[in-house]
Amino acid sequence: MGGQWASAADFFFMGGYGLYVWGTYGVSLLLMAAEPLLTRRRARQALRDAAQAEVWKDSAL
Amino acid sequence: MNIGTRLFTYAAPARFYSLSGALVPWLWVLAVGLALSGLYIGFFLAPVDAVQGNSYRIIFIHVPAAWISMVLYLAMAFWAAIGWAFNARMASMLARAIAPTGALFTVLALWSGALWGKPTWGTWWVWDARLTSYLILLFLYLGYIALVEAIDDTKRADQAGALLAVVGSVNVPIIYYSVRWWNTLHQGATISASGGVKMADTMLMAMLLMTLACWVYAFAVVFMRARAIVVEREQHTAWVSALVQPARGA
Repeated sequence: MGGQWASAADFFFMGGYGLYVWGTYGVSLLLMAAEPLLTRRRARQALRDAAQAEVWKDSAL
Repeated sequence: MNIGTRLFTYAAPARFYSLSGALVPWLWVLAVGLALSGLYIGFFLAPVDAVQGNSYRIIFIHVPAAWISMVLYLAMAFWAAIGWAFNARMASMLARAIAPTGALFTVLALWSGALWGKPTWGTWWVWDARLTSYLILLFLYLGYIALVEAIDDTKRADQAGALLAVVGSVNVPIIYYSVRWWNTLHQGATISASGGVKMADTMLMAMLLMTLACWVYAFAVVFMRARAIVVEREQHTAWVSALVQPARGA
């Protein structure tokens, strides 16, 4: 593993605090990946709705 | 043209939309780069803590998330107030775009704090001044979101939200000074103007890089959400028509 860690297992064990440390980083990664994905979906939906409104406006003319 | 006119012209939704659209991809690149270098230093170069062992590495998420959640709250209250006072549409939209990201960082600070508290204090949670005032920050974010979503009239919703956000901002200095004003289980500030820095250089470097990463992340995702809100609200305008049907012109 290099540096201060003897092996990958040592790294994941985190001196006995693995559950707490990886529990923190895992949930952070999950939420910080989900938020931009959900936001991108909302932005695309907004553009689709706007395009649909244009179609209706045209057909009403 | 006076500065006020210029400011609000610049803040016009159409201008914001194109400017932020160009920025967002670069912000993501920057956020990922900062996070990777911060994590590398935090996990491979920063030494183990003499007292807390490796559990202290939670700090690289906990402190940035807590800082940014408080700064975002003040930013949300600021833009909500500007939107209310000057009837500036873009300011109100920015306030709404900030709220979910602020709530997310509050949840992360609470979650990482619980996972740090268990091995360090022997408990996930305690009703002391710092933790309780910080939990109120989460309720303020959730209250703001619930309030603005519950009112159908956009303008009235923005005004009601602004009132809640501004009144609630009293809580931010209370959180910040709670470790000094009251006897709490939460440790005091590691970095302060008067006391200097009480940590190793590599630890500090990792924490600052992670703070910058979270900061840039917040800008990127808030801009993305603000762009979505702009399109939702400005659907009737000529520039959005032109945007979704570029071939036909406006």
